[in-house]
Amino acid sequence: MNDELIIRNGIVVDPANDIDREVMDIAIRGGKIVRKASPSAKIIDASGMLVMPGGVDIHSHIAGSKTNAARVMRPEDHVRDFERKTALTRSGVGHSIPSTFTTGYRYARMGYTTVIEPATPPMKTRHTHEELNDIPIIDKACFPLFGNNWHVMEYLEKGDVDGCAAYIAWMLRSTKGYAIKIVNPGGVEAWHWGGNIRGLDWEVPNFGITPREIIRGLCKVNKILKLPHTIHVHPNNLGKPGNYLNTIKTMDCVKDLAEEGRAAIHITHCQFTSFKGEDWSTLRSGAEEIANYVNKVKHVTIDMGQIIFTATTTMTADGPFEYILHQLQGRKWHNTDVEAETGAGIVPVVYKRKNFVNTTQWAIGLELALLVKDPWRIYMTTDHPNAGPFTAYPRVISWLMSKKARENTMKRLNQGAVKKSNLPSLDREYSFAEMATVTRAATARALGLKDKGHLGIGADADVSIYGVNPKEVDPSNDYRAVRKAMRRAAYTIKEGEIVVRDGEIVKVIEGKTFWADARVPDDMEMKLQSELSEKFQDYYTIQAENYVIAEDYLARSAPIIPGGTR
Amino acid sequence: MTKITLKPKRQFSVPIEASVITPENFAAKTMEQIKLLEVWDGNRPTTLGSLFDVSSEPDGGDEMTIFIEGDVSKLRRIGKGMRSGSMTINGPAGMHLGEAMKGGTITVNGDAGSWLGARMRGGTIEVSGDAGDYVGSAYRGSREGMKGGQIFIHGNAGNELGCWMKKGFIRIGKNVSQLAGIHMTDGTILVEGDSEARIGAQMKGGRIVVLGKVANVLPSFSIEEIRNVVRAGEERLPGPFYVFAGDLTEGGEGRLYALKEKNPHLQFCEAYIE
Repeated sequence: MNDELIIRNGIVVDPANDIDREVMDIAIRGGKIVRKASPSAKIIDASGMLVMPGGVDIHSHIAGSKTNAARVMRPEDHVRDFERKTALTRSGVGHSIPSTFTTGYRYARMGYTTVIEPATPPMKTRHTHEELNDIPIIDKACFPLFGNNWHVMEYLEKGDVDGCAAYIAWMLRSTKGYAIKIVNPGGVEAWHWGGNIRGLDWEVPNFGITPREIIRGLCKVNKILKLPHTIHVHPNNLGKPGNYLNTIKTMDCVKDLAEEGRAAIHITHCQFTSFKGEDWSTLRSGAEEIANYVNKVKHVTIDMGQIIFTATTTMTADGPFEYILHQLQGRKWHNTDVEAETGAGIVPVVYKRKNFVNTTQWAIGLELALLVKDPWRIYMTTDHPNAGPFTAYPRVISWLMSKKARENTMKRLNQGAVKKSNLPSLDREYSFAEMATVTRAATARALGLKDKGHLGIGADADVSIYGVNPKEVDPSNDYRAVRKAMRRAAYTIKEGEIVVRDGEIVKVIEGKTFWADARVPDDMEMKLQSELSEKFQDYYTIQAENYVIAEDYLARSAPIIPGGTR
Repeated sequence: MTKITLKPKRQFSVPIEASVITPENFAAKTMEQIKLLEVWDGNRPTTLGSLFDVSSEPDGGDEMTIFIEGDVSKLRRIGKGMRSGSMTINGPAGMHLGEAMKGGTITVNGDAGSWLGARMRGGTIEVSGDAGDYVGSAYRGSREGMKGGQIFIHGNAGNELGCWMKKGFIRIGKNVSQLAGIHMTDGTILVEGDSEARIGAQMKGGRIVVLGKVANVLPSFSIEEIRNVVRAGEERLPGPFYVFAGDLTEGGEGRLYALKEKNPHLQFCEAYIE
């Protein structure tokens, strides 16, 4: 079988290899980018088209028990948005919480090839993998939640960082997780008692520990285990006016732990934690302060969490925040407690153009993206589906690349909020290279996925080709053309296979699931194993043996060995 | 304009998606085009002409009228989103009749299924027999219920009548099952017969008038007064009525009126009138 492919004469944007709109050929063999293919290789004529690495989404809630609970809870989300089955693809529904199969198809159609599910309660990760297995085409990974885990808090309370590292390594191996996710550290535990945590130095009920110690402890663990990604943090006070100060403190609290020039913390969906003001009526953007801090340091990466004006569904492990949202809006509410680990909540929302708060939130996301100078440290997300469905990415790209697009949207928004915003004064417009950075190159690098997000020799042959000429089109004026092209990739190539042509799925393949095969030295492992069964006996309704997800449970397991070879 | 008559060619056994049957949809079409309209017979697409004998005759009126003669209880979504014209069904009708209807009239001489007039925005539906559950209600999970128009049912109606109703008028000639007016925010429901339990649960506004026996009033309703005359739609109904406000769990300001004469078991409430 000839699995060779040549993408001929495409206009390549590959920021990781400093290639900006160069006309060149890309050769593919065995699912990898190679220097040269044989003359019998299949040829794709990409002349006049934009060629980029496949999109890499660092934060998108696409699978797991909360996604599924939201699907059950929101039949009205699906009724107007459905896809019929075809000879190749399955039927599916869903605007903000698409069916598993539909999720894979829709990402692939936009040229995305790797997507990360960023919050899975460890105990429910078996379910997450079942759904990830059902998401076709794209590669994926999931981040287990550790910020409110009783064992983690006990270890850190005792100051036993090594013990905590051994436990987390075991957990990542057992749940086939990829990185450490922290959501409202300590706050979700407080929510078990009806409370919340409002500051970095508040004490977690029943644990002599603060969010600062949890974040620092897990940051140290991350370093000990040499995990491919940094800690992935959703800070305390999310969605509360005035929370930007806490966000800056959170970023600052691990500054001394960072290695020279390397990131130590990722603040996710930063829009939700960049609020200034006393209350909702005085809400202002804190994006400038956050961006100033991020520009000043080297150890922080953030993603946008850009608001989209549509009806969507919020879902987060931040149970107390969802309760507040439910109280604010009176919409239906789902609340879950996951024993000894975390909690979660779900509330549907509608982001409205004429709403003061929503307009302010919309501006914050874009201000962050435009004010943070280094595109390698700010990533495009909508925190799907919390701030909007991922299908709106082309729209976000047009806002980033065109001031005119932003102005046209702003005309339709709450003018009171627009007047108070900095956004109208920001002239920056992303270049194609910057756009490619925030959507694929930088996210892949942040995740430590060395073979993703670039088109160098040896990289995975995940390529997206769009029907727009980046040398001729002026995205600033003709942003609609760019947006249109981004919605439906001319080609999406996954591991050397053409999976999408002209925005339609032409082949369905199975994606890989990455997980971190983290290990600790034998003595640490021995100590953990001696403690583990007792911990499960004391705290869990299930036994440690039943907790472990076997590798063959994953449709296509792709373990990553932290720190390279072992 | 034209009067079009549809007669079922056989007894239907599986559900048929028939949202193409609306006066507007027929108005601009020839007989042949109407016969070729696509309907789904279970999981198979077929044509209207293969399921029905379609005939037309000129009509003096200025609106399109459709007559359906026979049992169409398996047909779903007849008259979906219709804006004008009239439709008469002589026989039992299926689910979702007049869904999201905006104008015109639908008359059923027989029973109607569940979801009658769901998400209705305007127009009139009249049913001589009974109707199923979710009359004039929202789509499952949604908060967009009936927002206008009128529904008259001469027989009984099922559960969750007027769920998330926001505007409009529903009149039931006989009895309703549980949870009539659940989540309603405005509009009027008039029940001439009895109501089962949990009437008005989680209502935030609007009016429910019951001329028969109310099985019980939720504990989250508080009695306000006894009133001698109550207005429902165009009518002024003689009382006296017990007037309850609720649902207080939702901070609701809805009103439930229960005829005193038929509800002696509610007499104890009188002690709590302030």
